Amino acid sequence: MPNPNEIVSALVAAGFTHLVWIPDSHLGTWEPVLAGSPLAPIRVCREGEAVGVAIGLLLGGAKPLVAIQCTGFFEAGDAVRNAVHDMKLPLKLLVGVRGARAAKAGTGRDNCPHFAQRLVDAWELPHAHFDPAEANANLSAALATLTQAGPRVLLWSE
Amino acid sequence: MTHRDALEVLAARRGEHVVITTMGSVALWPQLSDSPLDFHYLPSSMGQGVPLGLGLCLARPGRGVVVLCGDGGLLMNLGCLVTAAQFTVPLYVLLIDNGLYEVTGGQAVAGAGRTDFAALARGAGFARVYEARDRAAWEAVAETALAGTGPVFVWLKVDGERGKPTPSAPRPMGEQIERLRAALQPKA
Repeated sequence: MPNPNEIVSALVAAGFTHLVWIPDSHLGTWEPVLAGSPLAPIRVCREGEAVGVAIGLLLGGAKPLVAIQCTGFFEAGDAVRNAVHDMKLPLKLLVGVRGARAAKAGTGRDNCPHFAQRLVDAWELPHAHFDPAEANANLSAALATLTQAGPRVLLWSE
Repeated sequence: MTHRDALEVLAARRGEHVVITTMGSVALWPQLSDSPLDFHYLPSSMGQGVPLGLGLCLARPGRGVVVLCGDGGLLMNLGCLVTAAQFTVPLYVLLIDNGLYEVTGGQAVAGAGRTDFAALARGAGFARVYEARDRAAWEAVAETALAGTGPVFVWLKVDGERGKPTPSAPRPMGEQIERLRAALQPKA
């Protein structure tokens, strides 16, 4: 599994200029490395707000990444709809999917993986999946999907 | 003070600031200004005007950004004040407080007339907070409030008005975005 140093280095290499985030127990492990990186995080209070900040950054010519857990992504639906479908902005989201690995193993009871998939479909968001715990996990390739033109979501298994 | 009064005072002093309008201000501001540095955030996600303004400040360091937000919108996203107060940026939040959801017909917002927005802003960490309940009071502080470092919070108490038409932006969103981005480019 890539460690936080490798992840943050890959995010910087992917060209992101700002990271707008609310950490969860998985994303939060990146914090010590982020603090000393060019991607020092912009801390917000709610996930829809993270999208609002990203809208302003995009209007100003920056290349932000919003990193949030899927539970917050569920809350942020209207802001995502507005950014992607009203404003046609290339919003980039890294969404931590709580319980995804357990669901894949058939041992989970968390409904987050079920609804995360259905909501990216409902909001018509081009997306890819990445499980950093897989033996052949290719972090650079996963982040490359985020840098494709237009809005993109990377569903990050937790 | 009417909503229009509040915006007229701003129009005379906005200088080179970006002005982001939301909700009812979208209908009034084009009558006072047609600058490429105007951005009418409509269609919008309600409550995201201040975060949008903060993002612009962070993308364009040094550029002043005024956000005209309503009390209904701000109440949907009060945490944005805490977020904005973390940064030293020239962000000027002008709260147009009419106590109403004006665009939907004039229903009262929660806590209408009882909420101390200045105290909320101070509590969130805003060091510069101004209040004005009439045009003269706003004119007296506007020059100072709209200059210098921030973030700045200005609580403008305006008359509630009902029966106003649903606002629409004077340009399509795509055109607005191109216009604003061009205006933000450094001059040769």
